[in-house]
Amino acid sequence: MIVQEKNITKKSGESVIDIKGLYKSFGEHNDVLKGVDINVGQGENLVIIGKSGSGKSVTIKCLVGLVEADKGEIKVFGTDITKLNNAELNAIRIRIGFLFQNAALYDSMTVRENLSFPLKRHSKKLSSAEIETAVVEALESVGLEEAIDKMPSELSGGMRKRIGLARTLILNPEIILYDEPTTGLDTITSKEISDLILAIQNKNNTTSIIITHDMACAKLTGDRIMVLKDGVIYAEGTYENLEKSEDEWVRSFFV
Amino acid sequence: MLTYIKNIFNDVGDVSLFTIRFFKEVFKPPYEIKEFFKQCYFIGYKSLPLVAITGFIMGLVLTLQSRPTLAEFGAESWLPGMVALSLVKEIAPVITGLICAGKIASGIGAELGSMKVTEQIDAMEVSAINPYKYLVVTRVLAATLMIPLLVVFADGVGIIGGFAGVNIHSDVNMVRYSEQVIKSLDFIDVIPAVIKTFFFGFSIGLVGCYKGFNAANGTESVGKAANSAVVVASLTVFILDMMAVQIVDLFY
Repeated sequence: MIVQEKNITKKSGESVIDIKGLYKSFGEHNDVLKGVDINVGQGENLVIIGKSGSGKSVTIKCLVGLVEADKGEIKVFGTDITKLNNAELNAIRIRIGFLFQNAALYDSMTVRENLSFPLKRHSKKLSSAEIETAVVEALESVGLEEAIDKMPSELSGGMRKRIGLARTLILNPEIILYDEPTTGLDTITSKEISDLILAIQNKNNTTSIIITHDMACAKLTGDRIMVLKDGVIYAEGTYENLEKSEDEWVRSFFV
Repeated sequence: MLTYIKNIFNDVGDVSLFTIRFFKEVFKPPYEIKEFFKQCYFIGYKSLPLVAITGFIMGLVLTLQSRPTLAEFGAESWLPGMVALSLVKEIAPVITGLICAGKIASGIGAELGSMKVTEQIDAMEVSAINPYKYLVVTRVLAATLMIPLLVVFADGVGIIGGFAGVNIHSDVNMVRYSEQVIKSLDFIDVIPAVIKTFFFGFSIGLVGCYKGFNAANGTESVGKAANSAVVVASLTVFILDMMAVQIVDLFY
């Protein structure tokens, strides 16, 4: 059952991500996704909420081919990624940025190397000076240019998230997937990250899926919110609609 | 019991696929030259002190232990030749292999295991960078090439250790000692012993990478990956050594 709330505002009609009937199970008795349908338009920020273990992260991992879907169609930029070979999938992956829950910075590299690592491999014509400029620009966009020579172990949780975001931004992705961007951060830093997500979307008109438990982040960043329950999309609507939902379980997220 | 046997076959299948993937990826560009040299530095250069110390002790102890037996037959003059032959053919390759299984396989297992757990390998994959090529191919190749060099180095240091051992009880100069060592060694002794170390290096690198790359989620699995990498790599060194000796024995 989908609790479809009224007045859903989509920023644009053109669909960038279109997931239909997505199924995924881990082992025989562990069905995580049981027919998820998600549609995200160009320039839209979609927030997905749900209880821990409801399959939110698995959904976006299926979207980039990190987890193989059992069944279903995952169209990104109009191409069904479940039917692509590795090289074709990589061509799509370059256009998608993924911010991991713990930022997943490469421990053995400095911040500069972390940022230049994907750039050097995908933009081979760039000179060292151009790469350096791109790295500095990406760091400036997250307000952390002074951390350029630091190792990830020297950074705080919020800084790691921001550097992770800078590394995602350096390839100018058209879609950004955020896996719990504010988890484990204090309220002020969470707000900063949420503002940053919004600023990036406004600046580059990127399409985003944000997975979060942080309702303040959901309210600030989400154009539309989906609630995942028992492997399906249980409810969908704007923050305001869902907050006043007739379904008690949905409302419980907003308390 | 059935599950246990099934798991063994699953593991063998997974390791085989992992190994086949290595040979598929190693010749395919782009080549991660910089990372390869970095790994050579860590695996080769950084292991030199450890290999030097163990090599020297192996040579010294072997000489001191063998001397009384040879003295009984009045064959003390054979000591340099015997020590050199034992070191080059068997002791230095196996001991260095084991030392490297402990240092390198566990290091790689823990490093890649923690990268897997903290989603760094996933991060590479979603940035359309082949993590297998960047992490596994470079490390396995570096281990395959560096461990034979470390073994040759251990041979040399071990022979010097032997010289020290001989000189504790008698007075032999370096020239005379070297002459005896060289006279006792044929190419037929040295070449197969060096060839087998390439396989030692390959298996040490591969086992370390396989265990790390396939670590389960959770920090506990990093320790498990490092631990099982050492156990499996050490065992593989022994099994490969036995096979190499059998094969050489068939021909000579």
